[in-house]
Amino acid sequence: MTTINMTVNGKAVSGDVPDQTLLSEFLRENLRLTGTHVGCDTSQCGACVVHINGKPVKSCSTLAASLDGANVKTIEGVANGELHPMQKAFNDNHGLQCGFCTPGMIMTGIDMVERYKAAGKTLTSDAIRDELEGNICRCTGYHNIVKSIEDAATKM
Amino acid sequence: MSSGIGASVKRKEDKRFTTGKGKYTDDIRKDNQAYAAFVRSPHAHATVKGIDASAALAMDGVIEVLNGHQLTGDGIGNIICGWAVNSKDGSPMNMGAWSALATEKVRYVGDAVAVVIAETQSLARIAAEAVEVDYEMLPVVAHVMNAMTDGAAQIHENAPSNQIYDWELGDEAATDAALAGAVHIISLDLTNNRLSPNPMEPRSAVATYDDAEEHYTLYTTSQNPHVARLVLSAFYNVAPENKLRVIAPDVGGGFGAKIYIYPEEITCLWASMKTNRSVKWTSDRAEAFITDAHGRDHVTTAKMGFDANNKIVGFKIDTVANLGAYMSLFSSSVPTYLYAPLLSGQYNIQNIHCNVRAYYTNTVPVDAYRGAGRPEATYVVERMMETAARELGMDPAELRRINFIQSFPHQTPVLMAYDAGDFPKILGMAEKSADVAGFAARKAEAASRGKLRGMGYSTFIEACGLAPSKAAGSLGAGVGLWESAEVRVNPVGSIEVLTGSHSHGQGHETTFAQIVAERFDIPIESVSIVHGDTDKVQFGMGTYGSRSAPVGMSAVVKAMDKVEAKVKKIAAHTLEASEDDIVIEGGEVKVAGTDKAMGWHEVGLAAYIAHNLPDGMEPGLKETAFFDPVNFSFPSGAFICEVEVDPETGVTEIIKFTAADDFGTIINPLIVGGQVHGGITQGIGQAMLEQVIYDDDGQLLTGSYMDYTMPRAADVPSYDVSHMEDAPSPNNPLGVKGCGEAGAIGSPPAVINAITDAIGNNDLAMPATPQAVWRALQAAKPVAAE
Repeated sequence: MTTINMTVNGKAVSGDVPDQTLLSEFLRENLRLTGTHVGCDTSQCGACVVHINGKPVKSCSTLAASLDGANVKTIEGVANGELHPMQKAFNDNHGLQCGFCTPGMIMTGIDMVERYKAAGKTLTSDAIRDELEGNICRCTGYHNIVKSIEDAATKM
Repeated sequence: MSSGIGASVKRKEDKRFTTGKGKYTDDIRKDNQAYAAFVRSPHAHATVKGIDASAALAMDGVIEVLNGHQLTGDGIGNIICGWAVNSKDGSPMNMGAWSALATEKVRYVGDAVAVVIAETQSLARIAAEAVEVDYEMLPVVAHVMNAMTDGAAQIHENAPSNQIYDWELGDEAATDAALAGAVHIISLDLTNNRLSPNPMEPRSAVATYDDAEEHYTLYTTSQNPHVARLVLSAFYNVAPENKLRVIAPDVGGGFGAKIYIYPEEITCLWASMKTNRSVKWTSDRAEAFITDAHGRDHVTTAKMGFDANNKIVGFKIDTVANLGAYMSLFSSSVPTYLYAPLLSGQYNIQNIHCNVRAYYTNTVPVDAYRGAGRPEATYVVERMMETAARELGMDPAELRRINFIQSFPHQTPVLMAYDAGDFPKILGMAEKSADVAGFAARKAEAASRGKLRGMGYSTFIEACGLAPSKAAGSLGAGVGLWESAEVRVNPVGSIEVLTGSHSHGQGHETTFAQIVAERFDIPIESVSIVHGDTDKVQFGMGTYGSRSAPVGMSAVVKAMDKVEAKVKKIAAHTLEASEDDIVIEGGEVKVAGTDKAMGWHEVGLAAYIAHNLPDGMEPGLKETAFFDPVNFSFPSGAFICEVEVDPETGVTEIIKFTAADDFGTIINPLIVGGQVHGGITQGIGQAMLEQVIYDDDGQLLTGSYMDYTMPRAADVPSYDVSHMEDAPSPNNPLGVKGCGEAGAIGSPPAVINAITDAIGNNDLAMPATPQAVWRALQAAKPVAAE
């Protein structure tokens, strides 16, 4: 068992967890933040992406015990009173169907746009498709996810 | 109005999904929840000699270990296939016994033999590893073409040579005669690759048991919770229907895989009673690959005959279908009634005969996956048309055009009566969008860069909204195929629609609300859609086969007809006017041509207060309807795929994919577009990336996303999608046809036709991986002179 303290969506949280506890489990089971989803066992699908200290990370492949003192943001912490432009863009452009991959897509999309903006690079649709290498969607065929991220990039 | 039929209304349900507030089955936690983990066979075929659970039971936190003998001893029934298909000699299909937990034998890798119930999920899994099962291995049938060979291991005692049925449709003698008289005969051997549906949400079940009430509740990842309740009750004897509530909350994609009632849900319900605990099981992805029903897996030989004018005179198809180790719920219907009746495609063919032999193998059960039979049929027809065009030296679009059905209704020789369509028109739309005229120049430009361009067509038909119930029953279906709806107008005028359809990505909370908002001219925000809970919604059939719009929405329309009639009666009575003069518009119910009106909400209130209703009228404003269509609906489409192949590597890029579809009336173009995009991507996945592979020992080699290639964003293009609404379905009140499966049905042959066009070799199997394309290219090269 390890005692961990971290900040999740701006709130200080702590817990005693077995050493093998994954961050995805800690979020879902200990904190009951069930917006972070687990869609595979091999770190491929990206439904579990959260931001750790500002960087997108697959929470299914990260030990909670390694994150003492970390600042974690999940899908539940993205809207700030009103929807984040990325969340709104997914609604505007029909970027989701069943919704299961959506939290990971939004967390990945936000990071993508912020990174390209910080580097002064243009986020083309081809670049979005390459950047989505670690996120699988079975419903949308990606067409409207790419449109959503392109749209959000103009508003962030 | 802007939120009515035909408007691209943004989805009402999105807010909860984009903010992480969706409620999926695995998000549910009950107070007394325990966890299930299954002990699964590592062998494809073996006798179970004994199970020793003592080590597992000795672990702290392990509550119980249960096996198949206990399950059958408690009277839990075998899992059944609900569609009886007879062989052509009249004998019934050979359905082998399938217990939720195997007792004597295991028949595929993943077959469950026991379940561990423990305090935590990880403990349950660790304990499952500690259960020792004594297996005696048996010879394995891993591939369908080995199932019928002499000496093949027999998987079920009642299925000699592993055959489930030998079925046919059409007139064989007439087809043979037509082919004998043909000027050209085109032959083709095809394999339709085996796929895993892979909805992103793994299956999950939470079963609770209330011992005081002897009542069960099952939260589950289901496309059809009422059918689940019916089958769990009537066939598996878990509980009487009135003692079993099934709730399918937010469900993360289905694609067919979540239609069936699997061993895990049955076992969790039974185990919840045995342990008096809530029992949760959530599949991981590896478990999904070895338990979710797979799709496709056909081997087909086809012959098409043409006359001197290149008109089709006959079409003969012989198919071998792999149904896996057991017959899943609708498995028998997929390679038969959902397949052979579609083999006329969009073409006027007078003679068709199809023979289908289905076999058991030591693999995961195979059942409906997006399209279910229709993609397999379309692949045969459209690969055949392109092949024939090449061999006959004709333009592939022209060969299709001269064989198109031109007038409706049209009776095919394989059961179907097509009712409406305009095949030349949608092909023309697709040709224009795809800029077919400019293809030669693009091909030349690609060649200048050393690349090979190709173009492929697929003009296809599907049959959606499986119907009518009476006809389906005569073909062996064990259920009716209608849908139900209840429209409840509340005293304040807001409306709840309770539908038997189930949304797991389709956006029903928006589209169903649109048809209500349009009909009563009220804000879409005033309409809520309720589905997925057998305690709230009356019996309904659920969502599969692109049936929610043509059948589910039609039931809502029928219920609205009744509501409207009552609203007009109440308004006429209150406003002292004739019912015929009452109109509903702008949030009011008024007397046409006068200023006499009631607010929509006032009519609702009047119905419930009931102080001033017409004599004899019951209070309230709630109506129920069941809709049983008189025929299938027949969506059709024309897809054109343009690819570029790198001859050095075999890497294929889809340059452009054009889809022109006839879905009849479109309720929400935004949502319909999304359905088409997703379907095409699954079809491209089948054509270029995906394949379930078993080795000769029946071990699954593609058991994770490291090995099974899911389409990713960079694998597919953006799509050019358009719709034609000029030929609405005459068989439902909205004229809708269904749009959920078209993309997956039509796209695989378009892709393969394009690649084979590019490389100049028609012999290319799915999935057309770079290696497969490269090899086909080498085979097509003329042998260089030494």
